[in-house]
Amino acid sequence: MEKSFIEFFNLIGVLAIALFPFLKTKGRGFITLGVITVQVIISSFVAFSVFTNGVVLFTYPGSFVTGQIPVRIDYLSAWFMLILNFTFLTGAWYGLHYMKKYKDQTDNLALHATAFILLYTSIIDICLFQNGLVLLVVWEIMALSSFITIIFEHQKKETLKAGINFLIQSHVCILFLTIAFMWVKVKTGSFDFTAITEYTSAEPAITGIGLFLFFFFGFAIKAGFVPFHTWLPLAHPAAPAHISGIMSGVIIKIGIYGILRMLLLIKTDMVSLGYFILAISVITGVYGVMLAIVQHNLKKLLAYHSIENIGIIGIGIGLGCLGLGYDSQILIVCGFAGALLHTLNHSLFKSLLFYCAGYVYQKTHTMDIEKMGGLIKHIPRTGYLFLIGSLAICGLPPFNGFVSEFFIYTGLFNGLQSNDFLFIMALIFSILGLVIIGGLALICFTKAFGIIFLGTSRDSEKRSFSKEKPRKFFPLYIIAITILIIGLFPVILAPALLKITHLYMPVAVIPVAPAFTEILGNLTSVGWYSLGFIALTALLYSIRHFLTSRRAHTLEPTWGCGYTGDTAKMQYTASSFIRSYRKLAGSFLMIDKEKSEASGLYPSYINQETHPGDRVENWLIDKPLHLIRRFLNRFVFLQNGNIQAYILYGFIFIGLVIMVPVIIEKIAVFYNFLNQL
Amino acid sequence: MISFLLILLASFFFMGVVVRTKSIASGRKGPGIFQPMKDILRLLRKGSVYSKTTTLIFKLAPVAYISSVLMAILMVPHGNNPGFISFDGDFVMFAYVLAFGKFMIIISALDTGSSFEGMGASREALYSMLVEPAFFILMGSFALYTGRTSFFTIFSTLHYGSYISYMLGALATFVFVLIAMIENSRMPVDDPKTHLELTMIHEVMVLDNSGFDLGVIQYTSHLKFAMYGAIISNFFIGVLPLWISVPLFLVVQFGFAVTVGVIESFMARFRMGHNPQFIFILTSVSMLIFFGALLVLGKFL
Repeated sequence: MEKSFIEFFNLIGVLAIALFPFLKTKGRGFITLGVITVQVIISSFVAFSVFTNGVVLFTYPGSFVTGQIPVRIDYLSAWFMLILNFTFLTGAWYGLHYMKKYKDQTDNLALHATAFILLYTSIIDICLFQNGLVLLVVWEIMALSSFITIIFEHQKKETLKAGINFLIQSHVCILFLTIAFMWVKVKTGSFDFTAITEYTSAEPAITGIGLFLFFFFGFAIKAGFVPFHTWLPLAHPAAPAHISGIMSGVIIKIGIYGILRMLLLIKTDMVSLGYFILAISVITGVYGVMLAIVQHNLKKLLAYHSIENIGIIGIGIGLGCLGLGYDSQILIVCGFAGALLHTLNHSLFKSLLFYCAGYVYQKTHTMDIEKMGGLIKHIPRTGYLFLIGSLAICGLPPFNGFVSEFFIYTGLFNGLQSNDFLFIMALIFSILGLVIIGGLALICFTKAFGIIFLGTSRDSEKRSFSKEKPRKFFPLYIIAITILIIGLFPVILAPALLKITHLYMPVAVIPVAPAFTEILGNLTSVGWYSLGFIALTALLYSIRHFLTSRRAHTLEPTWGCGYTGDTAKMQYTASSFIRSYRKLAGSFLMIDKEKSEASGLYPSYINQETHPGDRVENWLIDKPLHLIRRFLNRFVFLQNGNIQAYILYGFIFIGLVIMVPVIIEKIAVFYNFLNQL
Repeated sequence: MISFLLILLASFFFMGVVVRTKSIASGRKGPGIFQPMKDILRLLRKGSVYSKTTTLIFKLAPVAYISSVLMAILMVPHGNNPGFISFDGDFVMFAYVLAFGKFMIIISALDTGSSFEGMGASREALYSMLVEPAFFILMGSFALYTGRTSFFTIFSTLHYGSYISYMLGALATFVFVLIAMIENSRMPVDDPKTHLELTMIHEVMVLDNSGFDLGVIQYTSHLKFAMYGAIISNFFIGVLPLWISVPLFLVVQFGFAVTVGVIESFMARFRMGHNPQFIFILTSVSMLIFFGALLVLGKFL
């Protein structure tokens, strides 16, 4: 039955696109939402049936190129399918409202909707197919369709530039994956994923590590691990808000899916892999949030936060791998379950934040937070939803971000009982990293929320704000409620998480029950405690209301320490809020500062600008590109605009193509002749 | 439950003892030890002045702040008596719940749109970020040393091993005293009695709070001191019976308050720019404690 569901799932997507020429723009919008909804229902049904009835497995015969095409939907695939479904559904819904502003661009919207459906269909298919070649084809469809969705505003130069950057980096990612799949194909003659397991368990551990590294680099580009993260901060601001939300929420998570899948398949020395992943993840997390703080573009700030959260997920995965290597069940459960849960949690709060950022953009027409301020009075719904997202992303109770971080902390502190010095040091540095990430995230989101929504407007231009329409907020409310439910009742997800983590347990080992019941007990305590926290705050607030409502209170301007003029210009800005941090972390950051000095008795206007840069991007992308360009510039004489010359190049090329095999043949003959001497 | 009541009790006299110590040190008679509490009660009965710029967040924040500290106090044990709620990894929750309160108080400062309060908010956010690692590494060392991962189990098994645990406790006390000073923005990081807004951290954040809200915020600061005092007392109480541990608790709180008073009387405030370096010392000291625990357990290399 699942087989026909999957086929219907793919068919309906293609059919919907075929319907587009016969519809008007509005109809296309609704058909997109309708199709996504139907597809979500179908694939959620399949995923739930996997969780209740066990793994779904069937095989297509395929062709002589691909070999058999197995479709295996295990708990891991099902979990990711559900995460994708939720975010794509809310994203499509939100997108329908968001795109109303652009309803004149008929053709552009049609292309966007087509790409959106293709993107969703292909990304779900990635979770299903377990054949290397098919996966690569589907991956390519996903990369191209997400490229098209990103460059919706392609008339802007920066958007196009960011899109092309994304396209190139996606293909570097595909290159790594292709090499890895070819490696296995050449050695075993099969594209089937099971061949990876067979191959690596027969070979020495170093082969497995090498193969894993190829897969890891490929998937890490998609997920945004440092130093492969450079496309994220460019692509997110360029894309429309619902695409940024989906991209940050789930598309980059497909990289995490890939890494988790490969860890299931590749049999090798898990200890080294664990240390490797842990180290790169701590760096990713700290680096991501360190750069997030200094960003002034709201979407760029959120993009760097995605990198940070990928780091947190990575810490969980690394911990799980170390658990596999050192045979510790509690580490396996805490690590992998923490990573999986954080994947879900991040998809929720990050999409919420991006959707809010989208509404902020539509009201203010800018993403520069230095020009904002006091928005919560004009758009209160967006403001309070953004606050919920901010609290959740900082990992503060009673929201969901805390639960997954708590999982990972539990694992890290439990692992300290080990006797291995190196392991203990790795754990304590991971704890240190996670704590610093948490503290920096707090700075970052107090800045973002405080500067954007609180105080008074920093922009000299006075804007008029239309009222918020309540129905535009429906998908956002659903996300916010889910965030709170996971924060308060984390236990409801525990059975599913335990099922997935059991996949990682070595077959011979029988899971020890007490360890898990203890973790579940902790989760229940966390939930009750959070509930108590909300209840206590509500109680105290009502006491406060009861006591103070009858007392005299007056409204006055903000206390300016004696200054009675307009204080709006004297407010703290985003740059000044993070100034002491910037001084402290200056050596890790790269900030271009342009500053003009005041001079003379009556100085004219002076201004100061800071542009945060990215050191890794500078070293890894910009400098090599600059060198390559300098080298290639030596051959610029070839491009002389002379049509005769170009025809000559064509002839030379064709001549070479024909001559090369002949020459090689001659050389071979000559070589044989020499050998016979 | 007993620890909750004890901490509430300590919070009533703590700041009074600090103020009294300071006045004696400067050769004055000084107010009675319940004067700060009386001031707070007076504030709680007053009306308020709100800034026109503020929103609901400004009214919600003081309540969320005190509620976060109260929830954190619920987890602090008293020797052999667990706190109101206790589970593995509860100290992680402890730190994060306190961070929630901090988040709210920081954004409430930004809510006023004042140039001074933003300054305080910025410093508060930075310094609390710098303090966190020390707390976590310290708890990590105790988790390593005792093999347990919750406040109650750590403190109740701390002294079963050798007397070295008292040495670790003494070092940890040093770290915790300084953490409490930084978290409450007292000397040597911040001077609460200064009258220059440019040099304040916590006080400048609450410039616009008045009446009930200001009283709540000030009382929260007392509660926080008493809470850290309770944790410090736990380093020494161990499994002692109640009739010894309760007086010991009070003695520790009293000693802590006197220490705070003495530090504030005889130390000058650091330059703002030097504070981060000072706070980093805490992390390195707690790293030392961690290595000490490793050495004691024979796990060091």
